[in-house]
Order: sequence, then structure tokens, then C-alpha cells
Amino acid sequence: MSPLARCARATKRFGHVTAVSEVDLVVEPGEIVGLLGANGAGKTTLIRMLLGLIPATDGEVALFGEPPSRRTRRRLGYVPQGLGLYDDLTAAENMEFTAAIFGPGSGPDATELPGEIRPYARELIGSLPLGVQRRVAFAQALSHQPDLLMLDEPTSGVDPLGRARLWETIADAADAGVGVLVTTHYMEEAQECGRLVIMADGRVVAEGTAAGIAGSRQVVVVEAESWSEAFGALERSGLQVALAGRGLRVPGAEPADVRRALGDLPAVVRQAPATLEERFFELSQQATAPGAAA
Amino acid sequence: MTSPDATVAAAGRDGAGLPAWGGTQVCVAYGRTVALDGVTLSAPAGRVTAVVGGDGAGKSTLLRCLAGVLAPDSGTIRRPAKERTGYLPASSGIYPDLTVAENLDFRAKGYGMSRQDARERAAEYLDRAGLTPAAGRLAGQLSGGMRHKLAVIAAMLHQPELLVLDEPTTGVDPVSRSGLWWLITRAAAEGCAIVLATTYLGEAERCASVLVLDAGTALASGTPEEIVAAMPGSLRAAAVKPAGDAAARSWRRAGRWRIWDPGPGRPDPDDSAITPDLQDAVIIAAISRQQRAGGAA
Repeated sequence: MSPLARCARATKRFGHVTAVSEVDLVVEPGEIVGLLGANGAGKTTLIRMLLGLIPATDGEVALFGEPPSRRTRRRLGYVPQGLGLYDDLTAAENMEFTAAIFGPGSGPDATELPGEIRPYARELIGSLPLGVQRRVAFAQALSHQPDLLMLDEPTSGVDPLGRARLWETIADAADAGVGVLVTTHYMEEAQECGRLVIMADGRVVAEGTAAGIAGSRQVVVVEAESWSEAFGALERSGLQVALAGRGLRVPGAEPADVRRALGDLPAVVRQAPATLEERFFELSQQATAPGAAA
Repeated sequence: MTSPDATVAAAGRDGAGLPAWGGTQVCVAYGRTVALDGVTLSAPAGRVTAVVGGDGAGKSTLLRCLAGVLAPDSGTIRRPAKERTGYLPASSGIYPDLTVAENLDFRAKGYGMSRQDARERAAEYLDRAGLTPAAGRLAGQLSGGMRHKLAVIAAMLHQPELLVLDEPTTGVDPVSRSGLWWLITRAAAEGCAIVLATTYLGEAERCASVLVLDAGTALASGTPEEIVAAMPGSLRAAAVKPAGDAAARSWRRAGRWRIWDPGPGRPDPDDSAITPDLQDAVIIAAISRQQRAGGAA
């Protein structure tokens, strides 16, 4: 059986600009794949190719084993960043509208809202809290029983418990065999994905589990009596410093260099495992550094 | 309208002897909707304080009070004079028809900064935020991340004593976010008190203290360690979703289920005890409040 989504050396050029360069990507049934990348990394272009909105310049893009088309769109649930709901329709009307678009094949429960948002059925979408709107958008994307779900920043603006509940919905869909492709800027969401694909400068620069990508990299952690003085000293030495609580983290530096830069300042210097975000930053920097392109 | 008991006081003092801005028992209602109901926040100099919550939690209302653009119905706000405050509203406050450099020039004039001081600071901040090549571009043509960085630079250019940032990193990619955090760190290192709103606990974890808002009231507050230490009951992890009433006290995290027991808990032999982090503690506080309110979703 072919994967739900498959890109093979997929490339998209706009004039002289290569937005996506030879990307390989596969989404299988039941897996949650997180797509990470800075602005301009090529995520949005890749998603637009998968949705069939723009054709690939080179390479292959396939959904359910065929080129993206109106027909593949029927098997796809999509929640864009802006949610794609009509503010001046009620929650129930939004559901009915989608069901009408997908037609009678969309299943008997296509207009039914999940229990926890049913009390809002008769309210205008524009008057509902963002967390409820997101749940309606999820319900809408799942209502025609898609095989593949594509989510762009799915929990933006939602409180931590609301976010956990939305991720439960995503994971339930995956457990039922739906393949999920999620874009996010937040590492706490990335941790919820079974597999991550990191893009930078149009290319895939890392792929694997969150733990695998963070790997065994270490960063230097500084706990100083006066963090602001330590920050100043490290800055003057040209080191890259990040605030963490009342301590500082110095990725990409050796402990000895950090100690030297701190001089006489009283501080504890130790090493700690790099976070996924730190590793992501490093990968993005490497890919966009002058002369880095293959 | 300011009611008689809403006052602007001089800076208080926190335990470390640093001046602390903030608010005490702040209440705000919009018509019949209560946006803030007795919220207290302390923002010491040289520290970053996070206000966390979802849409509608009251973050922006609290920040508007701290920035002095909204008077609370009751309670006390401690803030510096307006010209010593920097404020980034949720809508960035940047003029799209001016270039990056013009936006900063305009802001510097508004703050009454000397030309040279403004130029030097603007040049350094733009450089560190990676915006120097964009200095001549219209702000309306910048990417979201670049516009956010410009807005933070504009809010901190005059070295305010209090910097109030409403979701400065929402929708910003991790690389731009790193530049934003450098700017925030720089302002704190110069002694500025910073209050920033965020919906992400990973970001709040980087701050010296955190206030978690939910429906206009404080769900938790303190250092991340204090919030975790205050968590009642016990936490365990399981491979499958629990049945019965434990389902409402469980949530999914990194492919497994977290289950919170209000008491010491009687873990199944297959479950394992978990040391909670800030994310767990805040979710537990929200579940605990829901259950007290009668289990409403």
C-alpha cells in the first residue's frame, strides 16, 4: 500500500528562488509527523504542493498514491492557521456547510458536533472563545472521515489544558489510522509528534524522534550571582547567550571558554543536555550560513 | 474611568530589595464580563515575569493596566511614569508605511531621546536582531517575525524601567524567537522589569516567575519551581487512557497518558510515578479547578 502522503525529491522554484529543494517526506497511516522550520524554510510551499494548490517544479508529490487533485482533497482534512471557519455562521451551520461541500459520501454523522462543544452549536463562530473555535475547526476537518489530516499551528492561542485536549483529539485520530502532518513553531507541540521533519533553506536538515534529533548535544549552563553581569561578560566575548530562569545557557560553546569569558565573576558553570529548540536553532543556522548550500 | 480605590503607587520592594512594579488585587470588568477578578502580580527590576493563559484568560487586560492604558475598576497598579514604560500591544504598534529605520526614528523622537543615543541603540538592536539589512524596507513588507522584533525594539529603545510585551512571540518562528529573547534578555540585564504574555509554558519556563491566568483569576503563581512544588496529589504515567473518573484527570503527553490523583494515589503496577514539570503542574491546576467547579468541560 502506498503511503498517505509522499514527496520524492520534491522541488519548487519560483524564478531564480528555490523554495523547496529535493524534499523526501512520507506520512503513513496512524503516524503523527511534525514539520518544523523557520520562516522561509519552505514549509508553507511544501504544504501548498501537498494540498495541490501549486505543482512541483521537479520531483514527485503524491497523495494516496496519485497526484494531488480535487479527488484527493476528499480524503484530506485540513485546518489552516486562520481556521477557515465562517465567523457569521453558527458552529452548527459551519458543520453543515462543510458536509454539503463534501456531499453525501461524507458519512451520517458529518454535521454532528462532539459532545463537549455541542452547547455552542447555535452560537456564531465569531462570538466563541478561540479554544472552542479550534475544536469546531477540528471537528469540521474530521467530519468527512479523512485518511490524512493536515494541521497548521493547530493549538495557537489555546491554554495548556485546552492544548492537551486538542492533542488528545489528534492522537485519537491517529490511533484510528489517520495519518497526521502538523506544522508548529513550538517544541512542546513537537514533542507530541511521533516523528519530526526539520526544514531549513528549502531542504530537510534532520528527521527522527524529538529525542533523536536533540541527540547527545550539550550546552553550557551558567548560574551566576549576578546573571546580568555574567550576560554582559559573555556578550562581550561574542558568545551566544540565552536567558533561562535566573540562569544563562550558552549553546555552541566549550565550558573552558565560558569560564574564561566570565573572568572573576562568581558563577557555577556546568553542562546540560541541549533542548530540541537549541538543536533546531543550530540546524537552521548551519543551513542558512553563507556557503552552506549544497 | 478610575474609581477612588484604584491608585497608581510608587514602586514597591521585593525580597531582593529591587523595586517591583506590578498590581495588587486588580479587578476589571467590561460591562457584565469580568476580565480580571482580584489578580496580583509583582514584576521586579531585572527580571522577566511571564503571564500565561489562553485566549480570554485576561492576559491583555492585565498588561494594559500595567502599561497604563486601562484603569482597573479596583485594586492597585504600581508602574513608572508613562514615558518610563515600554508597551507592545497585541497589535504591534508599528507603522506599515514607514521604513524600519523611520519607525524607530519616530519612536525615539516621541520618547525625547537624543539623536545620537537613539541611533546607537537602534543600530545595535537591529544588528543583534538580524534586521540591519531590512532597515530601509517598509515595515508593512516585513515577515511576521521581523515585524515582532521591530516592535520590541521600538518598545525598549528608550530604556524603560518597565517593559510590557503582549504575546511578543506568538506566531513567530523559533529563529526569530531567539532574536526576540536576546532583546528581552538585554533589556532585563540593563535593569528593566519585563512582563510578557505568552500561551506557551516552554517559554514561561525561561522566566524568573510566572503568573498563570484562567478566566480572569490566578490559577498559579511563583517561580516555575514553586508552581511545581505547590502541585497537590501525585502524578503517574500509563500506556493507555484510564477508565472511569480518572479519565477526566488524565491527559496525553508525548505518546503516553499522564494521570493525576488528588491524593497520594494508588498506581497500578504497570504505571510509573512521574516528577511533574511546569506544564504538568499548570494542567493539574486547571483540572483541579474544573473539578471544583463541578466537572464542567
